[in-house]
Amino acid sequence: MIANLVQLAAEETEQNPLIPAGPELLVGAVAFAIVFFFFWKKLLPNINKVLEERRAAIEGGIEEADAMKVEAQSVLEQYKAQLAEARHEAARLRQEAQEQGATLIAEMRAEGQRQREEIVTAGHAQIDADRKAAASALRQDVGKLATELAGKLVGESLEDHARQSRVIDRFLDELEEKAEATR
Amino acid sequence: MSADQTQLAFDWSCRILSDNGCGFPAPGLHSFLFKPLATVGGFEFNKVMLLALLTSVLVVAFFWAAFGKAKVVPGKLQLVAEAGYDFVRRGIVYETLGKREGEKWVPLMVSLFFFIWIMNIWSVIPLAQFPVSSVFAYPLVLALLVWVLWIGLTFKRHGFVGFFKNITGYDKSLGAVLPLVMLIEFFSNLLVRPFTHAVRLFANMFAGHLMLVMFTVASWYLLNSWFIPAAGVSFVMSIAMILFELFVQAVQAYVFVLLACSYIQGAVAEHH
Repeated sequence: MIANLVQLAAEETEQNPLIPAGPELLVGAVAFAIVFFFFWKKLLPNINKVLEERRAAIEGGIEEADAMKVEAQSVLEQYKAQLAEARHEAARLRQEAQEQGATLIAEMRAEGQRQREEIVTAGHAQIDADRKAAASALRQDVGKLATELAGKLVGESLEDHARQSRVIDRFLDELEEKAEATR
Repeated sequence: MSADQTQLAFDWSCRILSDNGCGFPAPGLHSFLFKPLATVGGFEFNKVMLLALLTSVLVVAFFWAAFGKAKVVPGKLQLVAEAGYDFVRRGIVYETLGKREGEKWVPLMVSLFFFIWIMNIWSVIPLAQFPVSSVFAYPLVLALLVWVLWIGLTFKRHGFVGFFKNITGYDKSLGAVLPLVMLIEFFSNLLVRPFTHAVRLFANMFAGHLMLVMFTVASWYLLNSWFIPAAGVSFVMSIAMILFELFVQAVQAYVFVLLACSYIQGAVAEHH
């Protein structure tokens, strides 16, 4: 072992670590060439393609999301516009209904008034007519009764029709005037 | 300590205070020498070469598993690999070269980063326990590759005259010192730069491995009578060094690739 060490120590003096050995340069070059070849031809193109795809996928996703956002925005605006329109329409309808109701009530009121007046007028007319009919009937009856009564009392002197009639009328008119005055 | 102890020329029987007369079997340059595992037609295939090729297999296998059938919705493995890929692509290449110019350099830089990183990491993997990049040939071949690409690209972009202006830092406003600057810049860019590029990685890994070996060997050597507490300290130090080396390994891979990118950037930039 000692001899071995001495021999190695002797070699050491000739060994310069900065002088490369030819075979090692060759092996180093080959080893590196292998690594470079695989990276250059196969592995890096592979991963670059995938990275590119990933980038595209992410960008695509973002674009899609953007598009959806825009769409959602437009839908929302549309919805809001529709809602506002509907509100407006509802308000308009309510207003209209109110107006219609008011006019209807007014109309009905006017109609009621008219009908009432009609009825009242008709009633008045009826009463007048009835009263006149009753008066004339009464007048005749009273006249006749009075005439008969007077005839019975006075005899036949008052048989003269014309005179008789005149006297009765005058009497009745007086009665009427009295009634008017007391009313 | 490990399977390669014969290559480390490490004598197990050596202990402090033992009477067989041997001293501390300190690690040295011999720690970076390996007996051939096999010899095929005069070509000596050693452990470091095996680790270098295993690095290729490991890197390709991992990324094949992760990216071979890459999915838009990634699995765990793909997610981890993507994080690493993105770190180099965005964190280094796009940062220095910009997205447009950097794009075509991404495969090279990603390969460099993971190849170097795994070569470094062997340092702390049980049984391997040797950083491939601590053998100068491996960083050198990568640095030379970057250097050749840099020269070629500078020629292509700036033409013959432009190339010399670019690498000599030609700037009329310097006046009288211009020849001196040009001379220094020429040597600095053309000769020193690839050397330092390789040595930076090599020396870090070389020194790191020496430290690791020293503390682990010392832990064993000191494990005798009243030196046992010292052995404990040494062992704790070796653990601390492993953690520190893990950090250095990643940093050195990062620095190597960052420098490669900045050299390429110098070639494609309009001359200063």
